Amino acid sequence: MSSETQQILTTDGIPLEVSLKKVERRNKFKAFLLVAPLLFFLLIVYISPIIGMLFNSVDDRMVTNALPKTFVAMEKWDGKELPSEEVFEAFYIDFQKLIEEEKEGKLSTQLNYEKNGFKSIIKKLRRKSKSFEEGNYKEQIMAVHERWSDVEYWRAIKRRAPSYSYSKYLKGVDMYQNQEGKFVQVEEDRRIYKKLWVRTLKIAFYVTLFCFLMAYPIAHLLATLPMKYSNLLMICVLLPFWTSLLVRTASWMILLQQQGVVNDFLVWIGLVADDERLVMMYNETGTYIAMTQILLPFMVLPLYSVMKTISPSLVRAGKSLGGTPFTTFWKVYFPLTIPGIGAGSLLVFILAIGYYITPELVGGASGTLISNMIAYHMKYTLDWSFASAMGLMLLAGVLAIYWVYNKLVGIDNIKLG
Amino acid sequence: MALPKYTEPHYRIWHYIYLFICGCVFFFLIAPLFVIFPLSFNAEEFLVITDGMKRLDPDAFSLRWYKDMVYGTKNPWGLAAKNSFFIAIFATIGAVILGTVAALGLSSRYMPYKGIIMATLISPMIVPLIISGVAIFFFMAKAGLAATHTGIIIAHIILGTPFVVITVTATLSGFDHSVTRAAASLGSNPVNTFMKITLPLILPGVISGALFAFVTSFDEVVIVLFLAGLDNTTIPVQMWTGLREQLSPTILSVATCLILLSTLVLVAAELLRRRSERIRGINR
Repeated sequence: MSSETQQILTTDGIPLEVSLKKVERRNKFKAFLLVAPLLFFLLIVYISPIIGMLFNSVDDRMVTNALPKTFVAMEKWDGKELPSEEVFEAFYIDFQKLIEEEKEGKLSTQLNYEKNGFKSIIKKLRRKSKSFEEGNYKEQIMAVHERWSDVEYWRAIKRRAPSYSYSKYLKGVDMYQNQEGKFVQVEEDRRIYKKLWVRTLKIAFYVTLFCFLMAYPIAHLLATLPMKYSNLLMICVLLPFWTSLLVRTASWMILLQQQGVVNDFLVWIGLVADDERLVMMYNETGTYIAMTQILLPFMVLPLYSVMKTISPSLVRAGKSLGGTPFTTFWKVYFPLTIPGIGAGSLLVFILAIGYYITPELVGGASGTLISNMIAYHMKYTLDWSFASAMGLMLLAGVLAIYWVYNKLVGIDNIKLG
Repeated sequence: MALPKYTEPHYRIWHYIYLFICGCVFFFLIAPLFVIFPLSFNAEEFLVITDGMKRLDPDAFSLRWYKDMVYGTKNPWGLAAKNSFFIAIFATIGAVILGTVAALGLSSRYMPYKGIIMATLISPMIVPLIISGVAIFFFMAKAGLAATHTGIIIAHIILGTPFVVITVTATLSGFDHSVTRAAASLGSNPVNTFMKITLPLILPGVISGALFAFVTSFDEVVIVLFLAGLDNTTIPVQMWTGLREQLSPTILSVATCLILLSTLVLVAAELLRRRSERIRGINR
């Protein structure tokens, strides 16, 4: 039989199977052709720059290219005591070239990232080196400033020799690679980034939790009320959802300030004395309150769309079988809403972990997140490779959460409006 | 939500507590928006509710901040509004065209590697904005498009397309493909079929995607902050600057206008959602 089916031919005399495969290939190609413009657009202007950040974050050629002779001379140096005259001479030659090209400022910025204190001594060296005499550069350089005779500074230069380094990633978790190549933590009082990561995770977690606790009852109410009431109440969720983020942040700034409406109200009901108005803005509290309200719709909408599909007869059946309202809720209703909880929590958590605008405006010093640090390094310190490294660490975290979620629940649950 | 007569008292109490909690949450969601309205009519230069306002004294209210918004000297809002609309409109057009075409391909059952391609297409929605901002800034700086409208429009197309892709694929999931086959069998070419048959049917999805893309662009500030020069300032950037430097009630007048605008968008989005649900309902 099977040999006969294989011989079925189309009117053109081509075996049917071949012809069908050809059509399918053509259809596949057609479908791909439709997706191609957007796909290539995104690959070029979006995905490739993100991959480019990976190179940015490990690229350390600036220092390598700035001090070529020094690093060659340093190869023989064991790093235990001060380097030899040879190294100092090479450094002097490299440095003169940098002054000619007016690039010594960049070098000093870069070296300052590695070790604080380079900026001033490089400036001083630039001034003094004009009157240097030939020969015995070691003593002349060391005479410029005492730090030039500190072996730690020379070690710091040597650490920047390789063209590529992952030191920015280590810096992002408050670590560095010491002389022996071991990873060590920076001093206790300079550990700022680890604290920031922990704070970001903590704020994202609590905001997600608060959103869940607030969204669950109202999503349930919206899903069980008759249409004409629920449509009206839905506006309370959708209007903030569609309103500009900055408008909502502005309204929180007005509400939470010390002469603001919330404090006025608390004073009026006598909960707070007039001269002890609460400080709710420019700190963590402000970030929590504003972010919870701003992200709440992202939790309500997925929960609502899941709850809407749960048939009320299931709960009635539970009750008719003798369950109290609480047991039917816990054993019947709640498990059915888990996909909604998952989708909402994922959405809120991912949005919260990368939030920038609101923490920057109402967070003050204690309520800012990792995003604010990235923006700070992009704009003020101009340490773009560090900003890239931090950004990619954050991105890796977000993608990991996403991947886990996809394994557990599936992405298809995300719906809009 | 009337309770049945036989409900036991303690469940009745629980029910009222539940309604009370819901009321509080709704209040928490919506009330902050309304604090803006009265303050934008403040006659004083402060952002607090003055005693005069509490007494409803007509002298305590004025339109001066609205006048300042429109006629004020060295006023940035006119330029910002022009830029915002210009950028948002072109970004929306770009996002809708690219997104709709891609969604048509994605919902074809012949589409190979659907999962990974879908993930790539909606990635701008998942990646934190700050990272997108940094990456797009690097690209635009290299391409010489930093501080240009073109650069910002391209960036906003990137951010807008996922919404269009998602809404249009959702509409297409209830789409009956036999109608396009019928059109083809009657001799229509694919472009004609798309314009006359497919597009009118998926239009609600396309428009609601367009609304998302428009609002995303109109409201976007992180990337514009990285990319914009002085000539490319937009309403959100102006608000950002104002909120960081000095809170002037003019910002609240602008905010009031934005709330009215978002109310319009909300109404439009709701009407579209119902219409598309109706269409999908018929197709089932």
